[in-house]
Order: sequence, then structure tokens, then C-alpha cells
Amino acid sequence: MTDITEHALLMPDARTKARNAAERRFRAYGLSAIVIALAALVWLLISIFSAGLPAFQQTFITFPVTLEAATLDKSGKLDIEEMKKVTTIGYGKLIAQAFEAEIAAKGITHEVKPKQLAEMISEQAGAQLRDMVLADPALVGQTITFQALANGRIDGYFKGRVTMETAARDKNTSPEKLALADQLRDAGVVAVKFNTGFLTMSDASDKRPEAAGLGVAIIGSLYMVVIVLFLALPIGVAASVYLEEFAPKNYWTDLIEVNIANLAAVPSIVYGILGLAIFINFAGLPQSAPIVGGLVLTLMTLPRIIIPTRAALKAVPPSIRDAALGVGASKLQTVTHHVLPLAMPGILTGTIIGLAQALGETAPLLLIGMVAFVKDFPGLPPEGLFSPSSALPVQIYNWTQRGDPGFVERASGAIIVLLVFLILMNTAAIILRRKYERRW
Amino acid sequence: MSFTKVSVSALAILAASTVVASARDQLQIAGSSTVLPYATIVAEAFGEQGEFKTPVVEGGGSGAGRAALCKGVGEDTIDIANSSSGIKKSDVETCTANGVTDIMEIRIGYDGIVFASDIAGADFALTPALVFGAIGAKVAKDGALADNAAKTWAEVDATLPAQDILALIPGSKHGTREVFDIKLLEEGCKATGTYDLYLAAAEGADDKEKGANALKACHAVRADGVAVEIDGDYTETLSRLDANKQAVGVFGLSFYENNTDKLKVATVNGVVPATATIADGSYPVSRPLFMYVKKQHIGVIPGLKEYLTFFMSDDMVGPEGKLVEYGLVSDPELAKTQAAIEAEELMAPLQ
Repeated sequence: MTDITEHALLMPDARTKARNAAERRFRAYGLSAIVIALAALVWLLISIFSAGLPAFQQTFITFPVTLEAATLDKSGKLDIEEMKKVTTIGYGKLIAQAFEAEIAAKGITHEVKPKQLAEMISEQAGAQLRDMVLADPALVGQTITFQALANGRIDGYFKGRVTMETAARDKNTSPEKLALADQLRDAGVVAVKFNTGFLTMSDASDKRPEAAGLGVAIIGSLYMVVIVLFLALPIGVAASVYLEEFAPKNYWTDLIEVNIANLAAVPSIVYGILGLAIFINFAGLPQSAPIVGGLVLTLMTLPRIIIPTRAALKAVPPSIRDAALGVGASKLQTVTHHVLPLAMPGILTGTIIGLAQALGETAPLLLIGMVAFVKDFPGLPPEGLFSPSSALPVQIYNWTQRGDPGFVERASGAIIVLLVFLILMNTAAIILRRKYERRW
Repeated sequence: MSFTKVSVSALAILAASTVVASARDQLQIAGSSTVLPYATIVAEAFGEQGEFKTPVVEGGGSGAGRAALCKGVGEDTIDIANSSSGIKKSDVETCTANGVTDIMEIRIGYDGIVFASDIAGADFALTPALVFGAIGAKVAKDGALADNAAKTWAEVDATLPAQDILALIPGSKHGTREVFDIKLLEEGCKATGTYDLYLAAAEGADDKEKGANALKACHAVRADGVAVEIDGDYTETLSRLDANKQAVGVFGLSFYENNTDKLKVATVNGVVPATATIADGSYPVSRPLFMYVKKQHIGVIPGLKEYLTFFMSDDMVGPEGKLVEYGLVSDPELAKTQAAIEAEELMAPLQ
């Protein structure tokens, strides 16, 4: 007689053991898949943040500048038109003199040639001071405390991008300049501060990476997302409601349905080609303008809004419609009073995710001239929609192609800004869904 | 919102656009990515003076820029095409067909093309013959054409370092490639005697055609992974070089000059590339850079002529100008160009 415990339920037989092992293995596969995905994400984030966070800090040089009336306002009448004749080069000279005087006043001895001193200050400073004076001509004759951007290499030195060794090989700076920068920092003239300019200033040329900001790109992206919202949401919802609630089910609606699903999968660059052909070549809309970008992204986003909207409408139980119709509501009343409000959370979620995709889209914008150097801010809508502008993703693309190493940091910083916007939008979508979601 | 409302508002936007778009007060420039940094530097400084808006400068490549220029006349077309190679006959024909009859050609200056390797790597002293010997598809060996089998630079020539050959050369969409083909591969092909062998084997109706075919054969580079064509920008070449310290990359002089802390430049024919050696012609691999301007837009788009004058002023492209600081080689005949802009001279018809 065999031992009874061998047959007990508590003792797994060989088959059960094999099945359990298979399950454990499967769990291990799943876990390792998640670990791999997470590791990739963490690696990506670390590389972006380590390269990009310095962009939010900037080195500034602060010193008093006397705005001599003799140079800036020759006529003495504070006439803006007259004063505009003084170029940024004129202002640059004034700044260079003031900087030299400040170094002498602080009693700092250094080995930088007088001519090269001004190279420690960003070329942007002249334009900055000129804008300040033209905005407030009363400043002429006064001595103001002027906060100028430091040259990109000096800035790089405080961020660890430039070292004494690399500076010795670099024709754009010298170890003497870095040594002077160290002394100036100890004297409180040079300081590293939070860089609001990165978010508010416009793009800058290769000669002044320190002055490059995302201002124009953020406004351009905002304009485009608003255009997409105002066009794609009503068109998308109208199309979905019609297809879902009113359209007869026949060959044509099937065809339309297949096409919408197809369009959602079309590579975005195709929409760029379409936009170039229709909006620029045929309709004659201007190049590089947010309106064209917005229209192209609207086309791209439409199917991505229609599909979740239809799903949201489908999820509203037929009993709601039947009840509404039963108490005498018309078809339109049924839809607008009952079905649409109940489907709204799903529609909003789909829309926000569609907008987030539109915000991060680069490829279609390449073809309509958005990948350009745009320095001037676009105006307010509606005119502003037609003036040249940039967009966040294309600004990133643009900066990665620049020769000056300072732009690497800027590009990664811009990625962080874009990621923050995307996270905000996706979080909003999740919160909306959680808050208003209804289960039937 | 109903369909009617939406379509009406869409129509309204389109209608408004034609009104707004008809008043362009900002220059539109597109073209070569080599000229792009120079053009943005000038555009920035030009806009800063406050008199005109900052021009919008787009990259996209020389060919694309010229094609956009030739699309027609009017405010929805660009004003200036930047180009790192001369305009082609086919471009001019397209231009003429689309009504762009008055084109000004402005030579901005010269750009050098340099070989550079990792700063910590070995020194390279190259000549066109050595470059061709390293990456040409076929080389002359014992009086016959043979597939290039050199593995290390030292196998090509004993004076070169004994490291694996890996050359990152510009892809065929770049204007740089054309100069690379002509100034290095063709020269090297002739110097090594490979050209004569190609010529002997060339097919063609007459000697001229045979010669042209032989030259074309000289442009072929090795396909066994030793010569890597980079279609992206110099930043891509730089990151490839970062990943593989053995590689030798081709860069523009200005790009190299802004990354001297990471790159070591090679001499060609014993000459170190620098603005001075390119200007006097002793460094062999350089090319002129151009702007092609739609003269029909002067007086229509505000600031066009002023931009040209500003661009070609001594402060910008003169021997001590801003662009020269950035790596452009100043044109010795600058005064002539300045006079031509003043007189709004059209380009000479192509041969």
C-alpha cells in the first residue's frame, strides 16, 4: 500500500510543477520586459536632463554702464528716430568701455588683451542695451546697472563644458579669459543665475548660443495647437456624431470608416507634402506661418480625434438613447442633451492626446518652411498667425544642427520644455478621464 | 458647431490670409546649410538695427534653395537662394520658364573643406593621391585596375599612421560632395595613374566622352564600409567621430574652427587649412559660396537691397569682418562684388 500523502492535493505532481514553473517563467519574462523598457526610459531621461538642465542656468555679467548722451543722442532732443541711427555696434563699444572700467575699478589684474575683453560679453548685449534705451529714452545720460549675458564659452566654463585645457586649443576663447572670469566671479561681477531668457528670448545665430531662447517657438507652438483645437475638435466631433448617430450603415459609410482608420496610420510627413501643395502652392498662404502649420496638423489630428470620439459615443448605452427618444426627444435633442455630454470625457481625452501628438510633431513642419531661423516674434492673432514663426520640435531639430557646442545644451533644454508640456497635457487627459469617467 | 459654421470660418480664414499675405515685409531666404550659419549671423545683425525686420532664413540644401527661388516671382516666393555651388543651366531654364528672368549672383566668399580626426589621435598629412588611394573604389596596381584592398592608412603610404581606414565623407546631396569629388578624388585619380587606366577602359563615342566617363569612374568610392557617406550635417559627422576615434571626417572650415577643442585637422599637400591659406590658394580644397538674388523683388520686398549691401559690407565679409571670424574666407575681389550690388548687376549668362 502506497503512502497516502503522495496523492494528497498538497503535493504537486510533475505536471503541476511544470505548469507552475511555466507561470513563473512567464512572470519573469514580463518583469524583464518592463525592466528593459524602464531602463531605456531612465537612460533617455538621464542623458537628456544631464545635457539639458544647464540650459536653464546662465552666466551673467553685471556692471554699471553710463549711457552717454554724446554717443547715444547726438541731437540732444531725445528724438527716437534720431536715436535709432546709433547701431548696436555703437552700443557695443559703450559696453566694452564700461566693462573695462569696471574691471579696473575692482582692482583686478589680468592677462587678457584690452581688445579681447569685450569678447567675454555676448554680442547680444549691444542689441539688449539698444532696446532698453529706445524703450525708455529718459535713460540717456544716466548710469544704469546693466546685466549682460556672458559669452557662450565663459558660460560653458562655469557649466563645466569648457575647461582650461580645451580653452587652450580653442580659438574662440583663451585660458586667460577663463582666469579673469574666475576673478570676476569672486568679485561678484559674474554670476550664474536662473535663465528666464531661455523661455522668453527668440532664436539666435551661431555666434551667440548664449542668447538663444524658445520664445518664438513656444508662441508658434501655442498658435498651432490653438488652431488645431478650434478646427479639429468641432470638425472631428461633428463627423463622429454624424457617422455614429445619423448616418445610414451602408457601403459609403463603411468606406469612409476604413479611410479614417487608414488616415490615422498615414506617416505624418505625407500631411506635410499635402500642406505644401494645398495651403502654400495652391491657396497662397505664406511660408513658415503658424496658420499653415496649424492647418496641416489639423488634417493630421482629425482622424486621431474622430476614432476615440466614435468609441466614446459607442460606449454610451443604447438604453439612454431609447429613453430619451421614448419621452419624446428628437434625434438631435437626444444627441446634444444626453449622448454628447455623457461621451464628453472620452472625447476630451482623445482630443488632448491628439493635441499632444500635434505639439510634438516635426516631420510635416519640415516641408512648410517652419524649420527656419526666425528671430522676430510673431504678432498677436489674427495677423500673428500669418507671420513667420518656429515651433518647439523644429527648434530642437534646428539646434541639433548648429556648429557651436553651446547649442547641444540648448537643444536638450528644449526637449525638457517639450516633455514638460507633453506631461502636462497627458496628465490633464488622465485627470479628466478619472474625474468624469462613468461605467455602465 | 455645425459643418456650415466650420466651413464658413475656414473660408474666412483663407480669405483673410490673402489679405494679410499680400503684405510681406520680411525677407525670405533658403538654401545651403553651409551658408546657413553665415546667413543667420548677418540676418540677426541686420534685424537688430531696427530698420527692417529680421529675415527668415531656412536651410534645406543648395539645390532646394535654387529650386524655391525659381518657383516664380511674387511675395509667396523666396527672395534669395543661398548656394554652396554655382547655379546650373537647368536651374536657369526653370527660372526663365517661371518668369524669374533677373537673377543676381553674389559671391559671398570661400569655404574650405578640411579633414579632421579626434584631437587625441594621430597626425595626418594627406594629399589627394593618398585620399584616393585610401577610399577610391579601384586603384592602379602593377599597371592594372584592382579593387582597393588597403586596410590601414599605413598600407596606402608608409608616412601615414598604422590605423584602420574609416573616412566619413559627405553624402551626395551635399554641395560639399561635388567639391570633394573634383578637388580630391579626380586629382588623386590622376596623380595615382588610375585615371589613365579608367580612360583606357572607358566607353564613349569620342575622346571627350571617354574622358568624362573616366572622371565619373574616379568618383566611385569603396563600398566595403571604409568610406561612410554622411547625409546629415557636420554635427552627425562629429558624433560618429566621437564614437569611433579611428575615423577621419570631412568638415567645413568654419565648423572645424568652432570645434578646435575636439578636432585635429589634417594638412593637404602639406598646407594647414586656415582662412589665410585658402585665400591665397595654397590650400587646395575650397569652393566659393553664393547668394542668388531675385532682382525683380528689389523695391517690392522692403530691405532686400539693404540686406545685400549689409551682407557684403566690410564689417561682415571683409578680411576682419564678423563672418571671417566665424570661418568664412574673405573674397579678394570683394570691392567688385560691392560695386555690382550697388549697380544691381545681373549674373552673366551661363556657358
